[in-house]
Amino acid sequence: MSEWGALDRFLQTDPRDVGCEQAMAILHVYVDLVASGADAEQRYPGVAAHLAACGPCDEDFHGLLAAVRAAD
Amino acid sequence: MSRGIDSVTVDGFDVESREWVSALGRASGPDRHAAEARLHAMLLRVARGELRRRSPSLGISGAEVDDVAHQAAADAMMAIISKLRTFRGESRFTTWAYRFVVLEVSTKLGRHFWREHGVSFDPGDWDRLPDRFGVHPAHVAEARDLAAALRTAVETELTERQRQAFVAIVLNGTPLDAVVVEFETNRNAVYKMMFDARRKLRAALVAKGYLSSFDVRQVDE
Repeated sequence: MSEWGALDRFLQTDPRDVGCEQAMAILHVYVDLVASGADAEQRYPGVAAHLAACGPCDEDFHGLLAAVRAAD
Repeated sequence: MSRGIDSVTVDGFDVESREWVSALGRASGPDRHAAEARLHAMLLRVARGELRRRSPSLGISGAEVDDVAHQAAADAMMAIISKLRTFRGESRFTTWAYRFVVLEVSTKLGRHFWREHGVSFDPGDWDRLPDRFGVHPAHVAEARDLAAALRTAVETELTERQRQAFVAIVLNGTPLDAVVVEFETNRNAVYKMMFDARRKLRAALVAKGYLSSFDVRQVDE
C-alpha cells in the first residue's frame, strides 16, 4: 500500500482548495507576501491548498516568484 | 486608452506603483509612451526569463522561444492597459503586471504543445500506471491489483469527459493546459473536472479496501 503513496496523495482532495480561477486572481498578492517573508499560506490557506495540488498553477506561482526575486 | 489619470484611483499605492499607474493612465503624451515602452521591455524580460526557467520541459528552442516571448509580452501589455483600472494596490504594480505575462507564457506553451502533439484519449497500456506514480519495479507485481481496481473505477465511476481528462493527463502525461485547448475551455474547468474525478476514484478505492480513508497528507506535514 505504501508503494502507492504518490497515487494516494494525487487522489486526495483538500476542501480548502479554491481552484485555479480564484488562486490566479490573487496570485500577485500571494507572491508579494511570500517574497516579503510573510506567512502567505496562513493568510490564504485555500490558495496554498490549491498550489499544492495543481501543477500548472504551482508552476505559475514559481514563475512569478522568480520574476519578482530577479527584479528585487 | 482614452481615459485620463483622474479615472484611476491611486490612494494607498506604494510610490513606484503610483508612478506606473499615473503614467500609464494618462490619455497620451511622452510620459505615457515612455511608460509603455518601459513596461513592454519589462514584460519581454520576464517572458524570456520564464521561458528560460521552464526550458528543460519546453520542447521548443531558439527563435520559436523568442517568438513566444514576444507574443506573451504583447498580449500581456494589452491586458494590463485595458485592466489598469482594476489594479487596487494590493500588491506592487510590477508583481501585478508580471502575473499577466507569466500566465500568457503558460497559455501559449499549452497551445504550442496541443498544436505540435495533439491530445490522445487512448489509454493504451495501463501497465504504465505504476511507473507514472513511481512504484519501484520490485513492487509492480503486487501493485497490479490496485492498478486494475483503479482502471475499473476510471471506467465505471467517471463521466466520459472526466475519463478523457484522466487518461490524457495522468496516463499519457499531457499537460493540463493542452487539454484545456482541446476541450475549448479554461484551466479552472479542467482542474475542477479532475478534482471531482480524483475524489470519486479515491472513494472507490477506499470502499474496495485498496486505500485507507486516512489522509496521507497529514503524514507528510
